[in-house]
Amino acid sequence: MLDSVTWKIGGEAGFGIISAGTMFGRTVARLGYQVFVTNEYPSLIRGGHNIITARVSSREFHALNRDLHILTALNKATIELHKHEVSENALIVFDPADVELKTSDFPKPVHLIPIPFGKFVGDLHVEPIMRNTLALAATVALIGAPFESLSSVIADQFKKKGREVIDSNSKVAQIGFDYVKNTFKDEIRMYLSQPTQKERHLVINGSEALGVAAVRAGLKFAAIYPMTPINALITFLADHAKELQIVYKQPEDEIAGINMALGASYAGVRSMVATSGGGFALMVEALSLAGMMELPIVIDMGMRVGPATGMPTWTEQGELQFVIHAGHGEFPRIVFAPGDVGECFDLTVDAFNLADKYQIPVFLLTDKYLNESQWCAPQSAFKKPVTIDRGKLVFDQNLPALGPDDSYKRYALDTPDGVSARTVPGVKNGQYFSNSYEHDETGHVTEDPGKRTAMADKRLKKFSAILNDAKPPTLYGPADADITIVGWGTTKGPILDALEAVSWKLSAVSLNFLHFTWMYPFLPQATEMLKRCKRIVDIENNGTGQLASLIRQHTGIEITEKLLKYSGRPFEPEEIIEKLQQLSSRA
Amino acid sequence: MSTVTLSSFNTKFLPTWCPGCGDFGIWTALKMSLAQLGIGESDGMAVYGVGCHGNMYDWMRIYGFASLHGRTLPVAQGAKFANHKLPVVVISGDGDGLGEGGNHFIHAAKRNPNITVIIHDNQVYGLTTGQASPTAKQGFKTKSTPDGVFDEPVNPLTLAITAGATFVARGFAGDAPGLSKIFTAAINHKGFSIVDVLQPCVTFDKVHTYAWYRQRLYAIEGTYTPNDRVKAYEKALEWGDKIPLGILYKEDKETSEDREPALQNGPLNSLPLEIKNYDELLNEFI
Repeated sequence: MLDSVTWKIGGEAGFGIISAGTMFGRTVARLGYQVFVTNEYPSLIRGGHNIITARVSSREFHALNRDLHILTALNKATIELHKHEVSENALIVFDPADVELKTSDFPKPVHLIPIPFGKFVGDLHVEPIMRNTLALAATVALIGAPFESLSSVIADQFKKKGREVIDSNSKVAQIGFDYVKNTFKDEIRMYLSQPTQKERHLVINGSEALGVAAVRAGLKFAAIYPMTPINALITFLADHAKELQIVYKQPEDEIAGINMALGASYAGVRSMVATSGGGFALMVEALSLAGMMELPIVIDMGMRVGPATGMPTWTEQGELQFVIHAGHGEFPRIVFAPGDVGECFDLTVDAFNLADKYQIPVFLLTDKYLNESQWCAPQSAFKKPVTIDRGKLVFDQNLPALGPDDSYKRYALDTPDGVSARTVPGVKNGQYFSNSYEHDETGHVTEDPGKRTAMADKRLKKFSAILNDAKPPTLYGPADADITIVGWGTTKGPILDALEAVSWKLSAVSLNFLHFTWMYPFLPQATEMLKRCKRIVDIENNGTGQLASLIRQHTGIEITEKLLKYSGRPFEPEEIIEKLQQLSSRA
Repeated sequence: MSTVTLSSFNTKFLPTWCPGCGDFGIWTALKMSLAQLGIGESDGMAVYGVGCHGNMYDWMRIYGFASLHGRTLPVAQGAKFANHKLPVVVISGDGDGLGEGGNHFIHAAKRNPNITVIIHDNQVYGLTTGQASPTAKQGFKTKSTPDGVFDEPVNPLTLAITAGATFVARGFAGDAPGLSKIFTAAINHKGFSIVDVLQPCVTFDKVHTYAWYRQRLYAIEGTYTPNDRVKAYEKALEWGDKIPLGILYKEDKETSEDREPALQNGPLNSLPLEIKNYDELLNEFI
């Protein structure tokens, strides 16, 4: 009996592996298990090596670790590439027609589970892609889960495709499941302990979580040019546009995307864009426009490996400093970095409210690991009450009359927080100019030094007003520790699992973790928390320590001890523990 | 509703265009059309590019969005999606709309949003003191082309017709009443309407003067029916001793707003923000 099982399935792109991962996640989540599913794939549609890794556990966890209990190979390459990763007594599921295997081919003792996938799909006259359904059913059998949990997921997954597709998938699944149960009675040793969670859990990727939160927060318009890793957001919005009464428009490029979103924002709807670093580079000009015009907009910036086209389907945290500094001229913005889907929901709702409240751009700095992994989260995390606050937005048709050649003071300077009431086209007596040039209170151009300074001051005043809504970093672990780890965004999971695994201490050295999700403007509360730390270790998925630089810039604290990873892969808890062991012995 | 007149659009600012600039004629014609259509300062929206044309917003009292260079069309489309009942007019230039914004021009045309685009076509970048624009004809000497323009010019009309614009016209800045007639038809047209307005740059172009144009321009109205795409294309290629003026092409077609299911319930900016069936949405992930 195990309390956690990790399954990896590999094969060529086009084998349907990604959907098998999602279905596996939902199957075990419905049974009450915690699950996390992540994908690794090259930037190709067919061929290349795709893998899905799924960890399922009867207790709460936050990341994958180095365990590998079941390796399912839909091709020979999967064995060659991953045989060194398998744990002791792992089960190796493969088709003997693809590869001949002996237990001695593996560095550790393993059990072989040969299943003639190819023969089954041949005999049944079904598409070869259904091998993934066979493999999925075999895994469900190997972990000791009931078949009904899988068949109900199959029925829901293929509902839109019709009865025939559901039936053929269910039939194939039943065959795979029964074959394992009957043939490998003695090998089925992966039985998981009973789950403890009672509440229904969602299995949802970061892009979908962000999309759900955005529409919950009143998103009405999105213009998003396709780019990895935010494509699942496009799918979500496009699929639901009709029922949710929103408009998703695919623009000709990212420049058009953000300008469309700003046009929609100007005319009074909550709007957003999403992209990755390269696409955001094209949006930078219009980001500055949003700053000048004081237009609300939410930007989902899904980081992937750069520079340039980089490694498009892999993860990195390389754009923190980019989004903080992007845009010509000086103007306020907020940068959030959610670390999991729960934070993604909360911060997305906050992003839309604060964009409206302060009339500024707000970033959701996500990454490939968050956007494309399937996370498990309690339904309650998505059912929190949401307040939609449009801030100083005027739809009122009873504004005081304007003089004959006068315009509305949309940029009124008499405002303590730098935010003035804005109208939208169609509002009587609300006519003004939204101007890319420096302007006066009505939006007319000005180059007068006093007026310029006053208007710049109005915009910059928001920097301090924003702090009223600050969400300081979260401290996990003991309040007073010998070593404090700082991190941001999706390093949260591996760091938490590493620290929980060592019970927040290494021999006599106690540990805690300061997790940043509010990245910018840098918060005075964060400065205070950092100043109390005895010794700080910075952990980031980039090569230069961008959070450490930000901390140095705003606090003067120089963090010299860092664990940086920029291979395109997320952290494993084990490598964090190894680093902390080295550091704690050097205390 | 109070009557809209030309003076409804007055601001406290006076034009800074050079005396004799073609922009005056375009501005006057636009005000005449808006007044005629009863579109007052709070009833519509104008999106301006950057260039001499774009400075118009300062003396044009109507909801205005003075955008970035070349980015008028995406802004206009976004605003139109947010409120498709709102009349939207784009004030753009040949450099702004066809150089920096060329890609947006093609893609806006193929979507057929219900907006009107007025291109101030004078073959030069006036605001940066006289470099060649994308519509500059071969051989035209400017500050950036001392030996004359080498490249073929962009023809805004053939480009618009090819890309799928459903109203394509050419006007002349030297004839405000005639131009206003075209603008009114363009704004009334339900779809993407393009009016390329020939205008002399009195400061940086000593060749294409008012007199140069007047010698060549002829009105096609009465002798030409603008309902054939191929004929319109042929007409749009006429240039030289005779230059046609008027509506070259017009077609009734579904607009990009017509195709959005959400907008069938009213303007997007008036729809409820709360989601119905939220639990059902979450169930998709369970």
